[in-house]
Amino acid sequence: MSTIEHPSSLNRPEGQDWREVQASADFVELRRRLRRFVFPMTAAFLTWYLLYVLLATYARGFMSIKLVGNINVGLVLGLLQFVSTFTITWLYVRYANRRLDPLAESIRDDLEGGGLR
Amino acid sequence: MILAQAKETIGNPLINLSIFLLFVAITLVVVLRASKATKTAADYYTAGRAFTGPQNGIAISGDYLSAASFLGIAGAIAVSGYDGFLYSIGFLVAWLVALLLVAEMLRNTGRFTMADVLSFRMRQRPVRTAASISTLTVSFFYLLAQMAGAGGLVALLMNVQTKTGQSLVIVGVGILMIVYVLVGGMKGTTWVQIIKAVLLIAGAVFMTLWVLAQFKVNISGLLGEASAGSGKGDAVLSAGLLYGKDAIGKIDFISLSLALVLGTAGLPHILMRFYTVPTAKEARRSVVWAIWLIGGFYLLTLVLGYGAGALVGPKRIAAAPGAQNSAAPLLAFKLGGVLLLALISAVAFATILAVVAGLVMTASASFAHDFYANVIKRGTVRADDEVKVARITAVVIGLVSICGGIAANGQNIAFLVALAFAVAASANLPTILYSLFWKRFNTTGALWSIYGGLITSVVLIIFSPAVSGKPSSMFKTADFDLFPLANPGLISIPVSFLLGYLGTVLSRERADQGRYAEMEVRALTGVGAEKASTH
Repeated sequence: MSTIEHPSSLNRPEGQDWREVQASADFVELRRRLRRFVFPMTAAFLTWYLLYVLLATYARGFMSIKLVGNINVGLVLGLLQFVSTFTITWLYVRYANRRLDPLAESIRDDLEGGGLR
Repeated sequence: MILAQAKETIGNPLINLSIFLLFVAITLVVVLRASKATKTAADYYTAGRAFTGPQNGIAISGDYLSAASFLGIAGAIAVSGYDGFLYSIGFLVAWLVALLLVAEMLRNTGRFTMADVLSFRMRQRPVRTAASISTLTVSFFYLLAQMAGAGGLVALLMNVQTKTGQSLVIVGVGILMIVYVLVGGMKGTTWVQIIKAVLLIAGAVFMTLWVLAQFKVNISGLLGEASAGSGKGDAVLSAGLLYGKDAIGKIDFISLSLALVLGTAGLPHILMRFYTVPTAKEARRSVVWAIWLIGGFYLLTLVLGYGAGALVGPKRIAAAPGAQNSAAPLLAFKLGGVLLLALISAVAFATILAVVAGLVMTASASFAHDFYANVIKRGTVRADDEVKVARITAVVIGLVSICGGIAANGQNIAFLVALAFAVAASANLPTILYSLFWKRFNTTGALWSIYGGLITSVVLIIFSPAVSGKPSSMFKTADFDLFPLANPGLISIPVSFLLGYLGTVLSRERADQGRYAEMEVRALTGVGAEKASTH
């Protein structure tokens, strides 16, 4: 949207006190919101994935139990990995749109409108 | 065996060739048009950051759904059943790491390469050197896989049986992709990937529908046929045919799984794609598009793989030139005859070209931007000269990968790609995560984790059964496989995390808190991020 005159130079505004921004209440809240979502979610999907891998490796009898026709537990759990991946993607986008973007934008506008120019 | 191979001529090489040449002609025109808008360094490296999220998402899936995904996974499912499916799950879940932890922050803090982010708050020259070496190594492994795939594919399609003939084809592929990169830069490369992704996904959807129609949309019936046709019974429906015949095999499989899920977000050619969009929000949209397309595609390969197992049969696949990697083309031939085979083969071939072009782009950008401009010339180089160096590097890397591809011809592509993932997950991902999230992380820590992960993974690969000592090894006659696992991830990834931690804690160097504050504020808010260029 907003383009600048010197697109290829790295904008590194001098005189900005980044540590002050980093310590500001808004930024601390933004970081808290981001980490509160992405860290537990990462732990969750990695655990679920590793559980699946371990089952596929060491619980082959269980994975080979047929549920419907030739469709067995292993196939269903594998497909559930797809489902969980799609769901987490959707959840994150919703969370980012509602809880992260507005706050990030307001901090950015403050900085770019005020101290930087 | 050899007689059977000679008899197995499928399709019409002339038709295959002409459809493929049509693709080459169309993409060359697109690349030429793209070259007109490529003026600055930002244009060459990042296509002026002017792609939209969805466009970039399609290009990412074009980049990611390499020959390994299409030919390798479909082939692995056809021959080894469920174990092939495990690859695709790792490849997909890995995208969540990129989505949640890496993509947006990377876009906000870097310009052209992965090293921009890694060196942001560190001493520039040593960290950029390390990141550049690691980028080149990962890209080289990945390139090797693609070039090897080109050899096998052509063997099947053009009925080129001799190694010399196949080598000539690899040379041709190499030269073609060098042209793409030199002429079109990132914009041309991206368009090639978009076109290829659309063709590939359309082709896979079409074939999947056809297979499903053959089995009257009865998945269970399809699985039953596949297990009946396999000669191994229900074993193809469960894990363990490929991995886990013994305890070592099981650990090897866990090692592979770890490398797959942590590798994606450390692949330099994937990371570089996030710079081609104007904002972090578009980078997020790209990943979301990529996840849907890639996930959908892997579901298709499941049907295609078992379909090939049921309709063609593992014996014929294994005996065909190109072996496993020929499952998808053979299935196309079985379904739609000469014409469908030609179409699918052209798509598969286009896949290799597009992915290889993206890899060469990334590797040359890293060398020119990180190593030449910032390390050798200490950042005082003109952008024009930097791009010139990038172009020369692209030619060199192209030539090296041609030689490597000839050497690796005949290996399973999915397996070779898995090695690239292992190196990426070991050398790059720990360093990226520490840089973005750990306040105390410093230059020493970064160097320890990059070099530590890189050296551990590469050395373990060299001494693994993947390289020597087994009939399936790269060098069959030699025997120096001291390390039992074919994939080093289980050891090398934790080692890299540990070294990054130790390097940081043990060194006296204090992290630059001012720079960390700047990096964190920029990463999360997008303040001062590189904008799209105006044209």
